[in-house]
Amino acid sequence: MHMADALISPAVGGVMWAATAGLIAYSAKKVKDESDDRKVPLMGVLGAFIFAAQMINFSIPATGSSGHLGGGMILSILLGPYAAFLVMASVLIVQALFFADGGLLALGCNIFNMGFFPCFLVYPLIYRKIVGKELTQAKLMLGSLLAAVISLQLGAFSVVLETVASGISELPFRTFVLLMQPIHLAIGIVEGIVTAAVVAFVWKARPEILDSAARGVAMGKVDIKKVLLGLLVVAALTAGALSWFASSNPDGLEWAMLKTSGKEELESHETVHASLAGAQEKTAFLPDYGFKKEESRLGTSVSGFVGGALVLFLAVLFGWIFRRRKK
Amino acid sequence: MNNIGKNSFDLGYMDTLASGDSFLHRLDPRAKLVTTLIFIVAVVSFDKYSISALIPFFIYPIILVSLGGLPAGYLLKKVLIISPFAILVGMFNPIMDRQILMHIGSIGISGGWVSFFSIILRFLLTVTAALILISLTGFNAVCGALTKFGVPRPFVTQLLFFYRYIFVLTDEAERMVRAASFRAFSSRSVKFKVFISLIGNLLLRTLDRAERIYRAMCCRGFDGTIRIIRSMKISYREVVFILGWSALFILLRFNNVALNLGALVTGSLR
Repeated sequence: MHMADALISPAVGGVMWAATAGLIAYSAKKVKDESDDRKVPLMGVLGAFIFAAQMINFSIPATGSSGHLGGGMILSILLGPYAAFLVMASVLIVQALFFADGGLLALGCNIFNMGFFPCFLVYPLIYRKIVGKELTQAKLMLGSLLAAVISLQLGAFSVVLETVASGISELPFRTFVLLMQPIHLAIGIVEGIVTAAVVAFVWKARPEILDSAARGVAMGKVDIKKVLLGLLVVAALTAGALSWFASSNPDGLEWAMLKTSGKEELESHETVHASLAGAQEKTAFLPDYGFKKEESRLGTSVSGFVGGALVLFLAVLFGWIFRRRKK
Repeated sequence: MNNIGKNSFDLGYMDTLASGDSFLHRLDPRAKLVTTLIFIVAVVSFDKYSISALIPFFIYPIILVSLGGLPAGYLLKKVLIISPFAILVGMFNPIMDRQILMHIGSIGISGGWVSFFSIILRFLLTVTAALILISLTGFNAVCGALTKFGVPRPFVTQLLFFYRYIFVLTDEAERMVRAASFRAFSSRSVKFKVFISLIGNLLLRTLDRAERIYRAMCCRGFDGTIRIIRSMKISYREVVFILGWSALFILLRFNNVALNLGALVTGSLR
């Protein structure tokens, strides 16, 4: 459920980047304040663990499909929310850079969807509430199962909101929600069972690890109000700044805003086309080609195709020449 | 199963590419990072029916790949096999948006198909830009650039550490899975029970490893931050690189070069 660059508008990407950057800065400060050097290698290696573990698949009985471990919740349980958020962010950055899962602009969205919800909302509000200070196997398993399911639901819903707000995809809000939530409920249950089973495994083999995590030094407690308040401020500031930007540029945010009703869209498209046609007329080679309105569309699309192909050809040619010259 | 090894091979291969030596490799990582971001924002800021206006942007990846001596086929293959999400969601556009937007000959093309094609173009452009950034720069240098841009130290330390140990842990995971598959009848994927004990054991080993690493680092005087000795310098080359590309992106953003060129050609043909 990685959000992709191709599906988001700069405004949405920018707001989510700002929110994520704020959360990273805040978490980094928290981790630094705690000044537990031991955690530095631990965080790094656990990130690599999540990365490696996600490559191992298991077969889900009777379905023929396969599942894997989800990261955010298990990290929160082992490291506490702040460190877990940083680890999750680093995993997603590497995935974005090397495997192009998502993309650079969508990185903010992805870190938020897969880091913020499990670490800062679900972990303190669901997992900690269920598990409490006195650990038992049943509480651990129930807590991690529920937490994984809920954080995935929130993440999926957030993907829907971001996609719809961007207005690149045509999927209407309702259809998209009805599509995403059930799929991610299924995935979430599988992830939840895996998380619960792994937590139970660790609890059986080395209970002291989870005990010390549950007693949670300064790390375990999240000041949720502070986090949310900070987030709100960041979001408001960036939204304000970006909408100010976008208003001078008609096809940015307004496009996204108008998206819900299909009509404005077409009209504004009309104007885009008209201006393109105008540009075409201005730059045309022969001054006497007077397309009628109906035909000018045909003219525009034909020139679009021809020009596109030509530009692509030229670009490849350039590349080829450069390469030849190097050799 | 084999894709564990393949994935870490991929990571390693990208790093090998980054150790190349060209004018572009030697450029300050900050310049490349900033330019990549400007490129992506420019591409993404087009309205959703843009196709021809996006095509000239391919000049950026093509020139970087050829000047940097990157294997174009490898990158292209990587782009084509990944991230089905954009395409999956984009698939709904032709179904939802059936308004006829243009005609080629007598065949009408709906807005949905146009915007679907536009999504694919965006996807190709943004993804190749990110892959090119990393294969011209390398992950450690990107982290260095992040430090210079004021990203908090604990986070950069985390990135460096994480990256370093990906290779170790994917190797370990691969060995465990291989061992398990040798002892099982069906080698396709692991059974749930086996999977949990695999992951659980990997986790325990990871925790032990972290402790060992920590002790080893303490012996070498670790005090909580990793210091990077690498001098970075913004000289006139970097400035030219950033400004030159940005100017081109702005030009291409506000002028549909492909359309104009096409009009020129078709106009002259007529």
